[in-house]
Amino acid sequence: MKFFLQNVINAVQWGSFYSLIAIGYSMVYSILMLFNFAHGDIFMVGAYIGFGITTLIIGICAASAIVLPNWLILTLIIIISMFLTSFVGMFVERVAYRPLRAAPRASAAITGLMIGIVFETVILAMLGAKRVSFPALIPAITFNVGGVFITNQKIIIVLVSLGLMFALHQFIKRTKWGMAMRAMSFDFVVVPLMGVSINTMAALTFAIGSALASAAGILYGIAYPVLDPYMGIKYGWMAFVAAILGGRGSVMGAALAGFLLGFIQIFVAMIFPSTLRDLIAFSIIIVILTIRPHGFFGEAYSARLRL
Amino acid sequence: MLLSVENLHVSYDAIKALHGLNFKIDEGEIVCIIGANGAGKSTTLKAISRLVPAEAGSKMTFQGKNLLKYPADKVVSRLHISHVPEGRRLFGNLTVMENLKLAAFARKDKEGIKQDIEWVFSIFTRLEERQTQKAGTLSGGEQQMLAIGRAFVSGRKLMLLDEPSMGLAPLLMRSVFDSLKQINKEGTTILLVEQNARMALQFAKRGYVLENGNLVLEGDSENLLNDPDVKKAYLGG
Repeated sequence: MKFFLQNVINAVQWGSFYSLIAIGYSMVYSILMLFNFAHGDIFMVGAYIGFGITTLIIGICAASAIVLPNWLILTLIIIISMFLTSFVGMFVERVAYRPLRAAPRASAAITGLMIGIVFETVILAMLGAKRVSFPALIPAITFNVGGVFITNQKIIIVLVSLGLMFALHQFIKRTKWGMAMRAMSFDFVVVPLMGVSINTMAALTFAIGSALASAAGILYGIAYPVLDPYMGIKYGWMAFVAAILGGRGSVMGAALAGFLLGFIQIFVAMIFPSTLRDLIAFSIIIVILTIRPHGFFGEAYSARLRL
Repeated sequence: MLLSVENLHVSYDAIKALHGLNFKIDEGEIVCIIGANGAGKSTTLKAISRLVPAEAGSKMTFQGKNLLKYPADKVVSRLHISHVPEGRRLFGNLTVMENLKLAAFARKDKEGIKQDIEWVFSIFTRLEERQTQKAGTLSGGEQQMLAIGRAFVSGRKLMLLDEPSMGLAPLLMRSVFDSLKQINKEGTTILLVEQNARMALQFAKRGYVLENGNLVLEGDSENLLNDPDVKKAYLGG
């Protein structure tokens, strides 16, 4: 039982990363009917931006002998990195997707993949192939709850993730921008007749998705403090699988499927040798998709942004 | 003059839809364009609201401004031209109220928006009762009311209507056209395209006949209603 609970906690943590990234895939798909194949690399760039900001803030604090509490530093890092990474997302939309909006979808998939490779190469050229280690922001404190070990880092990761997802939910449900996004997911063509600019909405959607990916990158950096230029491929694809599993275009589905993917991976590794983890985990997902080809919340021919 | 269209050409890939239309609409008028399926009626409206691009050489002027300089969303937010598209195209996943509020997306005058929505509810009382319902659950008539109400909130100078009579029972059709008359009295100019030529010509003061992308006839509704060719082709003999 203790062993089980321990794994639940790990699964929730992994699920948080996947969910935050998967939401970005789903949001873009729901309004533009395309998958942003650069999203994994935006996550990677977001993590590096987080690394840069962290180094900078710690450096400034050290140089000027200001002592800021850790929670404040973390909050600042997350906010600044999310803000900066949103511009990376808008840049991708402007450069790789907007000029191809009327082009065949396959072309846009290629430009997306290409700009992802450009990001990887730029990071590689700037920082070298060596992995960089994320500065330890939060000294680990381990709580022993009836034999189950929970670190304060895991609690922070899960709470921040859930907080961001809740904020996004409120944004989509309550603001006029969120309303326009839901409308776009229903009928892309007539949205301009409401006085809504498709370009502005596309930029906003990329900005939000990228900001969430950046948050995922920083939280990942807290849990596993090593960054490399190819991290976006690995986790990006995992999150992409979660977005498909949740149902194309469903934000709620993507979030839930992100956690499900975390659970499947962790529990497969709990029972089977860890080398077989992804083999078995993805076989399970293939079976699920064979039974439900549109994922949990997806629809056959339309994507709808649901809450 | 409110809207002037000169030499309007539109093509879909290799297929030519409009072959140089010329027409004008004055402030406060109700004008209709009648024509058969595929004549180019919807395309004409879509060209005005900039949902489809007009070819080089086309000219459109709205209140002295070059309409072709405005993208679709600015045609609504800056020029206040609204468009009720064919088949209503409501956002079925949004509530009635949300559909109306979304139509005011680019507007900043909170009081004005509130008043306009109240006005819509005053002429379409059924919508007020159903304001928290999803638009997708409305009946055909209610959907048409909401589509018109949405257009009213989005832009008040000129309203483009694409087949408002489609799929409505005669009685309901009458009441929809009565509401349009009221909207016109509030100061909104109306350009309507219809396959139901009799209904359209009874409603509008003036009309044009569109055939295969060309305007072949124009005149006062009464004259068109009595025109032997129009009678034969569009009014069932």
